[in-house]
Amino acid sequence: MLKISLDKLDKLFEAVSASKALYVPTDREDGGAEYRKYESGMKLSSALNTVRSAKDFFFPQTENLVDFKMDGKSIEVIDVREEAEDFVIFGVRACDARSFTILDKVFLAEPVDSYYKNRREHGTVVTMACTRPAETCFCGTFGIDAASPEGDAACYSDGENLFIEAHNEKGQKFIDSVSSLLEEGDTSKLEETRSKTREILKKLPLADLTTDSFGGDKLNEYFNSDKWGVLSESCLGCGTCTFVCPTCQCYDIKDFNTGHGIKRFRCWDSCMYSDFTKMAHGNPRLTQLERFRQRFMHKLVYFPANNNGEFGCVGCGRCLSKCPISMNIVKVMKALEVK
Amino acid sequence: MNNDTLIPYIGVVTDIRQDTPDVKTFRVVSPEGGKVFEHMPGQCAMLSIPGVGEAMFSITSSPTNKEFMEFSIKKCGCLTTWLHAMDVGQQITIRGPYGNAFPVETELKGKDLLFIAGGIGLAPLRSVINYVRDNRANYGDVQVIYGSRSKDDLVDYQEIIDEWMADPNIEVDLTIDNPQDGWDGHVGFVPNYVKELNPSVNKTVLVCGPPIMIKFTLAGLKELGFTETQVYTTMELRMKCGVGKCGRCNIGNKYVCKDGPVFRFDQLGELPDEY
Amino acid sequence: MQEAMINKAKQLLADGIVDRVIGWKRGEFVYDITPAIFETAEELEKDFVYDDFTAANVSKYLVKESKKEGKILAFLKPCDTYSFNQLIKEHRVVRENVYIVGIPGGPKLDAEKIKEKGITGILSVKNENYTLKIETVYGEETMPFYEAVLDKCASCKSKKHMIYDELLGEEGDVLDSNRFDMVEKLENMTAQERYDFWREQLSKCIRCNACRNVCPACTCEKCVFDNPDSGIENKAPADSFEENMFHIIRAFHVAGRCTDCGECSRVCPQNIPLHLLNRKFIKDINTFYGEYQAGEDTTSRAPLNEYKQSDCEANIVHERGAE
Repeated sequence: MLKISLDKLDKLFEAVSASKALYVPTDREDGGAEYRKYESGMKLSSALNTVRSAKDFFFPQTENLVDFKMDGKSIEVIDVREEAEDFVIFGVRACDARSFTILDKVFLAEPVDSYYKNRREHGTVVTMACTRPAETCFCGTFGIDAASPEGDAACYSDGENLFIEAHNEKGQKFIDSVSSLLEEGDTSKLEETRSKTREILKKLPLADLTTDSFGGDKLNEYFNSDKWGVLSESCLGCGTCTFVCPTCQCYDIKDFNTGHGIKRFRCWDSCMYSDFTKMAHGNPRLTQLERFRQRFMHKLVYFPANNNGEFGCVGCGRCLSKCPISMNIVKVMKALEVK
Repeated sequence: MNNDTLIPYIGVVTDIRQDTPDVKTFRVVSPEGGKVFEHMPGQCAMLSIPGVGEAMFSITSSPTNKEFMEFSIKKCGCLTTWLHAMDVGQQITIRGPYGNAFPVETELKGKDLLFIAGGIGLAPLRSVINYVRDNRANYGDVQVIYGSRSKDDLVDYQEIIDEWMADPNIEVDLTIDNPQDGWDGHVGFVPNYVKELNPSVNKTVLVCGPPIMIKFTLAGLKELGFTETQVYTTMELRMKCGVGKCGRCNIGNKYVCKDGPVFRFDQLGELPDEY
Repeated sequence: MQEAMINKAKQLLADGIVDRVIGWKRGEFVYDITPAIFETAEELEKDFVYDDFTAANVSKYLVKESKKEGKILAFLKPCDTYSFNQLIKEHRVVRENVYIVGIPGGPKLDAEKIKEKGITGILSVKNENYTLKIETVYGEETMPFYEAVLDKCASCKSKKHMIYDELLGEEGDVLDSNRFDMVEKLENMTAQERYDFWREQLSKCIRCNACRNVCPACTCEKCVFDNPDSGIENKAPADSFEENMFHIIRAFHVAGRCTDCGECSRVCPQNIPLHLLNRKFIKDINTFYGEYQAGEDTTSRAPLNEYKQSDCEANIVHERGAE
């Protein structure tokens, strides 16, 4: 496999960023990691994952959909879409890489969302295998191998070198663009690192969590479960879980009057919010119980029902770390599952 | 870049009818004239006044009308209040058509049809009724049972009197909730009227109205011997995208905007009770 | 303490003094503790937890819980009693329906601070003489207890309970805390530096509303930011300055009512030091209207709700802005 010495990583970043925008996970002063556009001197974060998921690149928190100019009784519709520029996201973890295939199933289904597709086509996803998974990780539950991430190209570190391989044409193009920096390397130490990682993955506290009890045919078992009351009783109704989740993709469309015209923008929304389903004449989900249930039923039952059994969760563990009251999908699964 | 369904077309409002004290019917054409797009009865469209909001409305006119689309809209929220304040000539934005349609070309073909509507619930059914009238040979008996709070609240009353009641090929039964001067027709709630009229159980039913009316009508129909597989309705939930992506109208594994709004009651029964 | 609390709760349930208990429930890991309602001795024995990671302030839940039938037992830490008092003052809770047992507070630990040290795969955390012994899937790690303390506890204002029906453990004192140090540091910055500081911090906001929804002072039935009629209802910024406005407006709304419980910063997924905005208000209120601590009592009139002839002139804002 082709490799580059880890201490030459900045050369790789320089080479990539010379021709297109490169985004790498980097540490903030407050301890959290986030993707930032690469600039000289920037260091790759050693954190397992970024606080915000990588979905932002294809489904940003806010984006302008269309503009309107109002003139008396007339309206002018202004298409503000522009072809995206090519970009590379480096260091995406296996969980987030899988989240893109889940988002694809929503946004690339007919009618295709051109905003998402545009960015998806121009983005190259270079993943990074995990070597130090955390206790909150449970990607294995969803059939994801943290040591062999998907993506257009994947990187693996053995502590000294970074090995890189392409998974498709886009990934090959990426490798070709930096081939002068790469050389053939011996992967024996890498294999050791990967098997060590897999051993760790087996020892993680959530390693035994399975989806056996869930799936598209389980609506009646779970929708009317009496567990939802206790599970949702302390839910604050905030959107933290939704917004840090790499697969949550509900959105709102709103208009903003700039004073020079109307901007119609799309922004993330959360089914946990009280006004999500509110209409002029009422709200079908009146209490937090129903909203809470919707989020988890969607990931564990409704999504698989529509997507050949694939679940709407990738086990990244962000909601486990970030929920203000520490209620999360793992606790929900364990409370509901039929042993 | 290809067209995106989220980018709307312009529609011009060429006629506004005050149907009831709180319902107006708007006629919409494209700026070049003619319909903005084609649809099937039961489908919806997103109408918007930029800066105010966008919402889903059922297309009230029949696809057999080749000149324009119509929307009967009840004033109940922010956007509808603005729509009601419009003058003729105003442009709005429009996108669609969204959702499925009543199966007028498949399951309903050749059947005896019974339409049951309450209040503004006539709006989505009017499209089907006029479609059926224009393709009369394809369907059996047609009966319309329609009720509202008062005579003044009967949507499209003029069309009902001038055209439907004058049409020997359909039966129209009207009712209002309470007695009223100048009304010599039936008085009483729709579900009770349906039971009184005792329609033949061979009919396929299309029902739309307030949730409480639908609930009692369905119960009444079952008492008369109808089964859930014979009864269709159309639903309304909050929607933003119209294409099953924004997540708002999700019930179980269905999206009302995409998989609905038309459902048969046996299909609805499989969904969680969250609408 | 956990043992004593469980026993106390069981006894109060058995004696019929309370019908329910609000406390905290054990999670999957050592640190992911969830506020919960307990109704039976069995539930308490199985899941009730009170340890170094039990940091959540349960006062706000009592807005809803105290309006239900029957009496609820609430274990309140000193900082939580300030929030509860303030809620009484604002007529948000039904005092008679709550039986308060005061319990010793922190310092509580922040799992994020442990993780920031690169410690991961955490299986257990033990405090041995203020050294944390952390068992992980990668082996045992240690770190000083005080380096893992929650920010809100590191600048604790009081170990004294402001309200209780009964006390477990010893009562503490109001502390001479260092809580305004960072505010002073910010005050001493130039306007541009301060602006840059806040712009950077607030630009991290993902508008999840966790700060607002956890805040015991944010008890409006309908928040202005959720009300379409307000004209500012938004789930995401329409422009880059909007996030800043959300937090600044929220700080104004809770000014004079915020007890400085620190929950806003504790729950922020993006580690924005939101409490500093509130502390600035508290410090200014102290300066201009005399020392005042929201939640200290249930009857006094708050400085911003009361007009006195000795109140400072409004132009003070203008003068300070020019500095």
